[in-house]
Amino acid sequence: MDAFLSQTFLTALIFGAVTAGVPLLLAGLGEQISEKAGVLNIGIEGMMLMGAYVGFVVAFESGSFWLGFIGGAGGGMAVALIMALLCVRLAMNQIVIGIALTLGVEGLTALLHHFQFARSYPRLDAVPVLALPGLDGIPVLGPALFQHHPLVYLGVLLVPLLGWLYRQSAVGLNLEAAGNSPAALDASGVSVVQTRSAAVLATGALAGLGGAYMAEVGAGLFIPFMTGGAGFIAIVLAMLARGRPLWVLLGALLFGVSLALTTALQVTGVDVPTDVVQMLPFAMVILVLVLFARHSVLPPALGLPYIRGDR
Amino acid sequence: MTEVRQQVMNDSSASAVPAISLTGITKRFPGVLANDAISLDLNAGEIHVLLGENGAGKSTLIAILAGMQQPDSGEIRVRGRPVRIGSPRESLALGIGTVFQHVLLVPSLTVLENLMLGRSWWRPLDRRATLARFQELSRTLGVTIDPDAPVGRLGLGQQQQVEIMRALWRGEGVLILDEPTSMLTPQGVEDLGRVMRRLASQGIAVIFITHKLREAYAFGDRISVLRLGRKVGELPPERLRAMDEAAATHEVVRLMFGTVEGHRGDSETLLARGRHRRKGRVDPATPPVLTLRNVSTHAASGECGLTDVSLELRPGEVLGIAGIDGNGQKHLAEVLAGQRPASAGRIEIDGRDATREDVGQRREHGLSYITDERLGEGTVGPFSVATNLVLKEIGQPPYWRHGITLWQRINELARRTIRQHDVRTPSERTPIAKLSGGNVQKVLLARELGHATRIAVFNKPTYGLDLQNIRLARRRIAEGAAAGLATLLISTELDELLELSDRIAVMYRGRIAGIVENPVAETGSDIELTLGRLMTGAAA
Amino acid sequence: MSVIAESPPRGAWLGGVARIALPVLLALVVGGLILLALEKNPLEYYAFVVERGLLSWAGLQESITRSAPLLLIAAGLIVAFRAGIWNLGVDGQFLLSAVAAAALAPALAPVLPDWLTLTLSCLLAFAIGALWSVVPALLKARFGINEIITSLMMSFLGISFANVLVKLVFRDPGTTVPQTLTLPVEDRLARLFGSTVNCGVIIAVLAVLLVHLMMTRTAFGLKLQVVGANPRAAVHAGLPVGRLTVATFALSAGLAGLAGAVEVVGVLGTIRADWNPAYGLLVVPLVFLARFNGPAVIAFVFCFAVLQIGGESAARRLGVPHFYVLVLVGLLLLFLAVVEYLDHRRRASRGA
Repeated sequence: MDAFLSQTFLTALIFGAVTAGVPLLLAGLGEQISEKAGVLNIGIEGMMLMGAYVGFVVAFESGSFWLGFIGGAGGGMAVALIMALLCVRLAMNQIVIGIALTLGVEGLTALLHHFQFARSYPRLDAVPVLALPGLDGIPVLGPALFQHHPLVYLGVLLVPLLGWLYRQSAVGLNLEAAGNSPAALDASGVSVVQTRSAAVLATGALAGLGGAYMAEVGAGLFIPFMTGGAGFIAIVLAMLARGRPLWVLLGALLFGVSLALTTALQVTGVDVPTDVVQMLPFAMVILVLVLFARHSVLPPALGLPYIRGDR
Repeated sequence: MTEVRQQVMNDSSASAVPAISLTGITKRFPGVLANDAISLDLNAGEIHVLLGENGAGKSTLIAILAGMQQPDSGEIRVRGRPVRIGSPRESLALGIGTVFQHVLLVPSLTVLENLMLGRSWWRPLDRRATLARFQELSRTLGVTIDPDAPVGRLGLGQQQQVEIMRALWRGEGVLILDEPTSMLTPQGVEDLGRVMRRLASQGIAVIFITHKLREAYAFGDRISVLRLGRKVGELPPERLRAMDEAAATHEVVRLMFGTVEGHRGDSETLLARGRHRRKGRVDPATPPVLTLRNVSTHAASGECGLTDVSLELRPGEVLGIAGIDGNGQKHLAEVLAGQRPASAGRIEIDGRDATREDVGQRREHGLSYITDERLGEGTVGPFSVATNLVLKEIGQPPYWRHGITLWQRINELARRTIRQHDVRTPSERTPIAKLSGGNVQKVLLARELGHATRIAVFNKPTYGLDLQNIRLARRRIAEGAAAGLATLLISTELDELLELSDRIAVMYRGRIAGIVENPVAETGSDIELTLGRLMTGAAA
Repeated sequence: MSVIAESPPRGAWLGGVARIALPVLLALVVGGLILLALEKNPLEYYAFVVERGLLSWAGLQESITRSAPLLLIAAGLIVAFRAGIWNLGVDGQFLLSAVAAAALAPALAPVLPDWLTLTLSCLLAFAIGALWSVVPALLKARFGINEIITSLMMSFLGISFANVLVKLVFRDPGTTVPQTLTLPVEDRLARLFGSTVNCGVIIAVLAVLLVHLMMTRTAFGLKLQVVGANPRAAVHAGLPVGRLTVATFALSAGLAGLAGAVEVVGVLGTIRADWNPAYGLLVVPLVFLARFNGPAVIAFVFCFAVLQIGGESAARRLGVPHFYVLVLVGLLLLFLAVVEYLDHRRRASRGA
């Protein structure tokens, strides 16, 4: 029992939770934007994976983590652009396109990776961290929370920023209207298509960033299909958070803990089969849904394309 | 209503350039010529009424002015300058504000937030400036609304006032009101009339769309009549002023139909005089076939549930349910049909408890529900007319045997029904969504009013139909009642209720606010006024 | 995706062919361009795939054998999609059922006659698959929770759980690589006419045809279609939507489970740890391409099996990894939607 409460274990667990949770946080916040605007973005898994791949390749070739992150966001946005074009602009079925994009990106990134690196999986160097002065000295929490790549802190800052944006800005009002009553937004002179497209692109950028973080920092390498359903977990997070960014943060940390449990246990020498641990996050999603399903609320116009004059 | 009608004709504007001038506007949809070379002048300071039945092309014309649709040909001039209105934004920028038939506000946002919608996204929200403009417009309209109330909590009349504010937000140029009275009480209609008059007197060009002749005469300075996409006539202010209501009516009917005699039925429906034409033959001693005792339902957010509703319905009786849309009528219909559980109370059919029976069981007991959402829930759009005719009997003989579908019998039934009820469809296998609203309603009526039906619940049976189909549907209701059918008629059209009902119950916020005999027993009391008061929750 | 009416419109035959051929062609062309960009000759690749998957006797047998699980999954998806339900949890249902069959069959084989062993294994697999769909089905029926997400989550959970079972519970102690006990070849599903094809494919074809008949000729099928095409109309007509949703899910997932059983008792005989063919999402575009029509599904699934078998061969011989098949599937689904959209637009503008 001592092993579980040792400092090394706790530090490894929390550090791992943050590392594993950041991609979920970024993607979850991204999905939240889409869902607010009334687009169910099933393609987010593909956007994350594209971000992971592009992020890794750019970081690998350039040696710069930041360039990798920018590349990852760009990769996610490229996939999102297809989604915005087909699902928002041309009002095609969001689910079909979302699945198609996820499948296509899974195949494409695996294919490209194969042709680039054959069967080798090159690693990136250790990620540079920014230790927050003063805070990093706190026992357990210091090394666990305040010695991360700067992107982590930026991701957390995004939470209050989005919270402000949703409630206090024209962007927030427009998103709310696009998801709740697109015809009202249209009648007030704002293009629903543009609002939703922008939302989907923002989702792509954040999901891509999350994927890039996963590859560059979390794993240090790219493995085909490496997102392994993280995008779908992000959808659940956004669904349960009901438009509140803070809840996405809490949810992402919670899932991060369950993902980090394997490594943390290995640190303490406890051998738990990885498959059992891999079941944890998904079991948790199901459990959470069963317990709180009745409380999850989605915008009325979610998933429905908006066609002007189509009643 | 007539005292509202002051002659505030701003004579200087009559000679000036029209606020909007339309020339030869044509718009074609697949299979329909919605607007056929329509030319209209809309003058500042004038209430211009566009009158016409459903499908006359009014809504298309409005959509064009609001930037929702582009005309195929024709010219639009705003204050003399030719323009192209490519989007709602451009329309608003030209000073054209539109209030659509269905409320277009975000219910989860407050009044002020709704009014701030549409600002440039890069600019921070300026609540103070918005509030100032809000107060300014409140004075212009002469209304008081709480700016911080979520719009979903406001009544429909107030929501409409918010929409008018939004329409006028960018400058008071042109205000288009598309069928604005359909959601209002008689008193609400008068309030709206006052607001329109006030705005016109301040130099705004008001366009008022309606299919009700009475409102057109009461509020309009000028009346243009549309029929089948064409403008068939116009009554300019000087002629209109010289006419009394009867003469104006006569003239409009002549414009719409060529002669008065040729289309007596249509013109009567249009005139909506609300005369009770059925002879009630209900003996109050007969036991009720349908009884509701203190029935309540649970309501999700944005819905209006029932609270403590008690009603009785006898064979051969038509019980009208009046009320502004959204006061629990939908729940009442659904709880009767068995689509929605009652959270409290008791529903009896023939005195037997039927509270827990489902749709199928109630149908077996002879209860039918004719929904107002014909395509939304009444039918499955992509399925054939034939399949839709048996939608409520899936699995039952004679169309199914041991669960196997006997398509031949279903198609036979469909062909028979199509002939019998004059359903205009290419074939019984045509997807029902391709049929016009009137024909879909014929299919629904055929399905629901079979020989075994003893209780019929109609929800807005003539909503969205053209005059001919309105008349057909109303005649069917009257015939059904004459044959002994117990009928519950939910409608927002007062004239329809007055024409068909023996008694009218008024719903307000999920309760029965009162029940009125039709026609009223004592002479001299104004039934419309009574009903209107009940609709707003005031005591009768 | 547009809802398919219960009877096809007449005279749309030519348009129907174009709507099917065009997405396939576009996917192959764009996929070919990707190959070109990777400096592989697409024509050579496609020719190789056809030769290995269809024209060689061994490949043809493999393709037909591969069709069996794909067809059973497709049958399940037809049921679900017609009822408007997105059962995307096929992989978990498939794998868990396969493990169940792999655990049961070798245990029963020594004591029971083969036909009974195989029947019981298939029934168990069906039941396990159905069981794995209960949570998404109830969440959808009770709370209206989007079944796409829940079924996917259950799928990920099921895949990991299957691995746990193989490694920790049903592990064959006699092997070094974790795997279940092996069902002897002579106890597996009977082979057909001296070929390597087992009778699983017959079960699968029958399943698709039965599902097709159920959908088009029975009250139950029509009820499911009403729920799928307009759930509110289903409520209005008094159909028990919740119960139908659960039944649909169970049937769909059960068929996916049966696919797992057929793969185990027909082909593999055992399940190795971390084995996951991930057929589920691959079959989705085929079912859409066939517009939920049973016979058409059989044809498309066979073509796809050829592509898979040929593609696996090509991975070894031409150095194009089998991920390429995934790209093709994604493109196919994408272009399917695009062509459907264009067709819809064309018809709307013609006012048909």
